[in-house]
Amino acid sequence: MPATQNRINDFVLKIGTVNGTGSASANSLLMKALFRMGIPVTGKNMFPSNIQGLPTWYEIRANHQGYMSRDSRVDVMVAMNAQTYQKDLSEVSPGGFLIYDSTWPRERMLHRNDIIVLGVPLSKLCNENFSTSRLRILMKNIAYVGVLVALMNIDLEIIRTLLQESFASKPKVIDSNLKAIMLGYDYAKKNFTCPLPVRAEVMGDNSGHILIDGNTAIGLGCVYAGATVGAWYPITPSTSVMDAFTKYCEMFRTDEKTGEKRFCIVQAEDELAAAGMVLGANWAGARAFTPTSGPGISLMSEFIGFAYYAEIPSVFIDVQRVGPSTGMPTRTQQCDLMLCAYASHGDTRHPILFPSNPGECFEMAVLVFDLADRLQTPVFILSDLDIGMNDWMVPELNWDENYQPDRGKVLGVEELADMDRFVRYLDVDGDGITYRTLPGEDPKGAYFVRGSGHNRYGAYTEDSSQYQDLVDRLLIKWETVKSLVPAAVLNKSEWRTQVGIIAYGSSDAAVIEARDELVEEGIQADYLRIRAFPFGQEVTDFLHDHEIIFVVEQNRDAQMKSLLMLETNDVADRLVSILHYNGMPIPSECVVRGISEHLKSEAAA
Amino acid sequence: MTFIRKPKIALPGQKTNDLGLYLRDYEGSMSTLCAGCGHDSITASLIQALWEMSIAPEQLIKLSGIGCSSKTPAYFVHGAHGFNSVHGRMPSVATGASAANRDLICIGISGDGDSLSIGFGQFAHVIRRNLNMLYMIENNGVYGLTKGQFSAAADPGSTSKKGAVNVMQNINVVATSISMGASFVARAFSGDREQLIPLLKAAIAHPGCAVLDIVSPCVTFNDHVGSTKSYAYIRDHSHAATDVDLVLPADAISAEYKEGETLAIKLHGGSTILLKKVDAEYDPTSRAKALAYLEKHRDQGQVVTGLLFINEDLPDMHGIFKTSTKPMKDFKFHELSPGSDALAKLQQGMK
Repeated sequence: MPATQNRINDFVLKIGTVNGTGSASANSLLMKALFRMGIPVTGKNMFPSNIQGLPTWYEIRANHQGYMSRDSRVDVMVAMNAQTYQKDLSEVSPGGFLIYDSTWPRERMLHRNDIIVLGVPLSKLCNENFSTSRLRILMKNIAYVGVLVALMNIDLEIIRTLLQESFASKPKVIDSNLKAIMLGYDYAKKNFTCPLPVRAEVMGDNSGHILIDGNTAIGLGCVYAGATVGAWYPITPSTSVMDAFTKYCEMFRTDEKTGEKRFCIVQAEDELAAAGMVLGANWAGARAFTPTSGPGISLMSEFIGFAYYAEIPSVFIDVQRVGPSTGMPTRTQQCDLMLCAYASHGDTRHPILFPSNPGECFEMAVLVFDLADRLQTPVFILSDLDIGMNDWMVPELNWDENYQPDRGKVLGVEELADMDRFVRYLDVDGDGITYRTLPGEDPKGAYFVRGSGHNRYGAYTEDSSQYQDLVDRLLIKWETVKSLVPAAVLNKSEWRTQVGIIAYGSSDAAVIEARDELVEEGIQADYLRIRAFPFGQEVTDFLHDHEIIFVVEQNRDAQMKSLLMLETNDVADRLVSILHYNGMPIPSECVVRGISEHLKSEAAA
Repeated sequence: MTFIRKPKIALPGQKTNDLGLYLRDYEGSMSTLCAGCGHDSITASLIQALWEMSIAPEQLIKLSGIGCSSKTPAYFVHGAHGFNSVHGRMPSVATGASAANRDLICIGISGDGDSLSIGFGQFAHVIRRNLNMLYMIENNGVYGLTKGQFSAAADPGSTSKKGAVNVMQNINVVATSISMGASFVARAFSGDREQLIPLLKAAIAHPGCAVLDIVSPCVTFNDHVGSTKSYAYIRDHSHAATDVDLVLPADAISAEYKEGETLAIKLHGGSTILLKKVDAEYDPTSRAKALAYLEKHRDQGQVVTGLLFINEDLPDMHGIFKTSTKPMKDFKFHELSPGSDALAKLQQGMK
């Protein structure tokens, strides 16, 4: 037996259960309890594409330094699913612990010399203390929370308060939950030495922070942005964006007296229709969006090209999952960059925003509407399953009371009255963005939207020069886009260095942690986090300021590296890819290993 | 194709409607369809109907997909916004536009190729949502722009211009729409203005999705012997089940409804559809009876026309969703965004 090291407020707790047994509330209880003890936490859900019966895991990482990326070690495993005992056993890091339901003992099967296995007869305890079969199943999960509270020194008072808050209107539920907690807690106290060396200790109160997932943050952001029309087709992992939008719209935008709704959400027949609805609604003057995932973007590409050419503001939120094709719907990747950047046939390019955590999801869900309205073009938010569906600790969201939406260049009745003639596609200001009007206001502003060749007046054309006149202006607009999208964020290293790292989206957390670890190995690297496509001058400067640039991303084909090569001057020989694409969130060690090994091999060569 | 553009000047003696607008004010660009195309007759009837109803041009939106029929929105009411979308996708754009601004009067113009093949899904679902719109299908049984392939509306046994025989079953717009739960279904013939204009007016006044199947012969590719969508065939085989008139709210008081063969259907907007049943056995309020009647006459080789089904009580999309009567686009930002205090309060539950 190896000496077990103390790991206080720095551990990974993983829980393996069966999908559909109600473990989510138990896991959320654990997350929140650690959060309220002031310990930075993240929770990652590894769930199957299934409703009931398949294995599912929840991984909580507590880390006093505040690192948010996935750590592939497991210090404490709670194995509640006999189907996965072998896999769960093998994943525990040396010196770690495995807790399982010993109602049916598996002493020979669950044995490893370098870890400690703790059996708790959870089913037996629950069967003896709860009368209905439903409660017995549900409370078994709550009982392991009680075991962990005792073993890992989690604050029992906080657990009590959380239960009271969650079930304020259902005192009976509080009672049964508390009973289950105490069953596990008392058993552990009586039979094991508590607490374990792997444990929690109160650090503070995490004030100024919240726990939130990215999809909730985007849904909320769309409400704050004043979006009134949402069109969608259900698809994992984006569905909870519309769930959140619906929930907050119901909460904030239902007329108290009449029950009338200040929002219109349409569940479409498919993603093609959802995209069409977004175009129709934006054309008619609402702020409208659709949340989807990669397969949906493939289908929507027809309308995305239309919106680009006919210049209709539109917002597309892609919560990426593993491709190609159906791929792995419940696993994460950053694999839709190329798809979104150039979606649809013909010459097309689209602005993309890359939030790296739920806080930024909220901010960018507001910004994306301003950009779409200002630029009159489709604008994308590229999130992913890791950001979208996992629980992140982020600073509290703020709202600027002085914010006013930028609705862009829209002419109303008064402005039209002063004009001799309205011309839809005339570049008056030289920024490539032309003026539009809304249906329902003034016949003088009437124009014809079409995806076929059109001239400045919006009239059909097959004339070469008229066609080219318009598509060349769209290039001028593309230059304007560069000045409006958020700039990349530069994090300089302590010392001057020729090594650079570029990352974006959910890879950010791994890079933050990796840089600190690299410093310990004597490697200093500047870090540029890209927040948008197209790239600004700061990206080009960064590329030219470094001799070697590692591009960290979660796809097989180095899509960001390809975009950088396509859209900036030739830097191919200085870009080195660090790729992680197995469907799990990228851990920092992947970045550390990739960079240090490359630099060592270069030094040796 | 019309080659001479008539000058837009008001001539003495020309009538104006309630808005003070001339019929010419409801016209659009010059048609680029073939001379004699059924679609152009439909456009002329539509212009007449909109003018008679005194619809403000800016209140109207005209949407379409792709195909000959879908060029039509350019040919009427130049003062209305138009949207020529992608193939078969007009219904989704119309849904979005109506979601944003429910006060708009929405006319979608599609064809049998656009709605019954590539767009069949969207056609079905806009009916399910009962979107408040006029959904016109200019039905000629062929793909004209790509030179005469059969469409899904072509009758089995009918022949193409080159003599090929269609051996597949056809999709019947009227029967399909009724089956899918449409709230207003009618069929007309492009060449019969007397029937078409009142049907167009009734469809526009109907507060839900009004499907109007208009047999519109293609003079270039489907007007030969052997076609079942030619001028000659339809004139010989059409069978009127009902005859329609629309009484607008302003005229309602003076209108007299005849008993017996006349059915007066009051619409929620205040208008009344006066339905003269040409065939006494016809009941346009029963799905089962309407479908049985259609099948019976199809067996006899007849094309039934008129208002064939109506259920004015089905709620439209906004009624189903209980959306605000005020259009979404007209809400002020402060009515939509909850503000910083609400955000702070909400986040108490995220700790």
